[in-house]
Amino acid sequence: MTTTAHESAVEKLPTGIASFDTIAKGGLPRNRTTLLSGTAGSGKTVFAVHFLAAGILDAGEPGVFVTFEESADDIRQNMRSFGWDLAEWERDGRLAFVDASPDPNIETIESGAFDLGALLARVQNAVRKVKARRVSVDSLGAVFSQFSDQSIVRRELFRIASGLKAMGVTAVLTAERTEDYGSIARFGVEEFIADNVMVLRNALEDENRRRTIEIVKFRGTDHQKGEYPFTIVPGRGLVVIPLSAIQLRQKSSNVRISSGNATLDDMCGGGFFRDSVILVSGATGTGKTLTVTQFLNGGASHGERCLLLAFEESREQLFRNAISWGVDFEKMEQDGLLRVVCDYPEVAGLEDWLVTIQRTIEEFKPTRVALDSLSAIERVGTIKAFREFVIGLTSFIKQQEIVGLLTSTTPTLMGGTSITEGHISTLTDSIILLRYVEMFGEMKRGLTVLKMRGSSHDRGIREFTIDASGMHVGRRFGNVTGILGGSPMHVSPADLERAWSRLDADGPPPRDTSNFTGVSDRRHANERRG
Amino acid sequence: MTGTSARAETAIGNLRRICEQDLGGAYQLEIIDVLEHPQLAEDDKVLATPTLIKQLPPPLRRVIGDLSDKDKVLLGLEVRRDISTANPEMPL
Repeated sequence: MTTTAHESAVEKLPTGIASFDTIAKGGLPRNRTTLLSGTAGSGKTVFAVHFLAAGILDAGEPGVFVTFEESADDIRQNMRSFGWDLAEWERDGRLAFVDASPDPNIETIESGAFDLGALLARVQNAVRKVKARRVSVDSLGAVFSQFSDQSIVRRELFRIASGLKAMGVTAVLTAERTEDYGSIARFGVEEFIADNVMVLRNALEDENRRRTIEIVKFRGTDHQKGEYPFTIVPGRGLVVIPLSAIQLRQKSSNVRISSGNATLDDMCGGGFFRDSVILVSGATGTGKTLTVTQFLNGGASHGERCLLLAFEESREQLFRNAISWGVDFEKMEQDGLLRVVCDYPEVAGLEDWLVTIQRTIEEFKPTRVALDSLSAIERVGTIKAFREFVIGLTSFIKQQEIVGLLTSTTPTLMGGTSITEGHISTLTDSIILLRYVEMFGEMKRGLTVLKMRGSSHDRGIREFTIDASGMHVGRRFGNVTGILGGSPMHVSPADLERAWSRLDADGPPPRDTSNFTGVSDRRHANERRG
Repeated sequence: MTGTSARAETAIGNLRRICEQDLGGAYQLEIIDVLEHPQLAEDDKVLATPTLIKQLPPPLRRVIGDLSDKDKVLLGLEVRRDISTANPEMPL
């Protein structure tokens, strides 16, 4: 509902369409008409029916559907895939159709002036019959094509719109547009018929379809500006993805959870925060999937439910890798502590992935979510869509007060950052870098906590090794510099001493040897792409 | 018809004149006010008022408007034999 005093003049009707009410700041203006314009296939009819379905199912508000285009039978059938049984609602007296679709068997000739008084009488009759609170009209453009005298149609549509307002219903009127970015609607008058204007788009960007909804104008009341992505989900209908709105509601927790690795916990100042999002960045084979595996194992060993979203490797590969590090995913699954969603990212759009992931989280209720990797997901959509996906996912994870671990692959072996990170580093609470360090003809691995929001952390770059019991984090690369830049250089102890005395009055950092397994333990057998 | 509007009166007047003059008074006319009987409009899928529905003789034909264009009315009703050679595909 609206909050500030100046908005209270226009009351809002919560539509019940997922997240639409968020961007509409409460819903559609009550007892007013709203134009919903869009190109063919942009989802106008789905919105129009969903608006009524949500009213009938969630708000106890009956509805009337006026169709000028598809026959009532076609609509009844098409909407079944969303789980909406229109015919049942009609029998219950919660829904009425006004079927004004053209009948090919009826030949009509125009002779002289006419009006659409009969149509208005039918709408009024239907509204009265089911005591409707909501009306959808689909679509205005199809009325024009049924009559040759366009000026009469124009005048009559104004009359029907004002008739709807007089009936005290909240109405959605759809209209066609010829292009996604252009005039509001085809006949140039539709936007003046209604009080409010919204636009649905289904634009092609870099070979990807991207659906968005934009509220162009709400007369006398507020709404969120700009385009918001949405998707159409079988069994659910229209799902809007509100990007800016969801970030504002997050709480912040001080509860720490284990990363699954004691030394890494220490480096983070005592573990990850429970409602935080951690980014693990590294080149291929540096140990990202291992970090994910121990993170999940750390949860499951405390009886927490964990969700793994794997977009890089097959299920079999993942399970085999885990076993090689001493983690039994199979058993975790049997115990109901692990769910693995494993698929090619290309099978769905980013909006669909986001909705699927959110649904899985809502249903499985994990306390830990890991996604491996964002770089694979990034391939699927445009930069804009990817950023929206990450915003949507990270804010959803925080809202649920669970912890998320996301990985990203750097394109170069040594040093470097990925494009992925540039887009998302500000959205994550913590960043852990995994890097190769070339020393004396040998590839070592380095790990550092780059950022730990809301906590102190170890600022050193530590060497780590991987063996059959997982990851072992050792001491700092004390006498190496330039690791993150990708060109490690060995520094003599004397030079190091001088550098530290200039930088830091406290002198060089203590040589930490805890949990250090020694560089001799180089097990390449278990290393893998990651 | 919707109520007792001026357009309704015009249409009824025009129609009676056509029926008397061109059909020799052999007609039966039922006038329905859709404001009183909206369900009948729903059942017959009527949008515009006035709408003239010719039920007999077949085929079923509809003419909308105040029926001021007599030729179009007769063409639409397919009752005037002398223009039966005209293009039957009249624009809607």
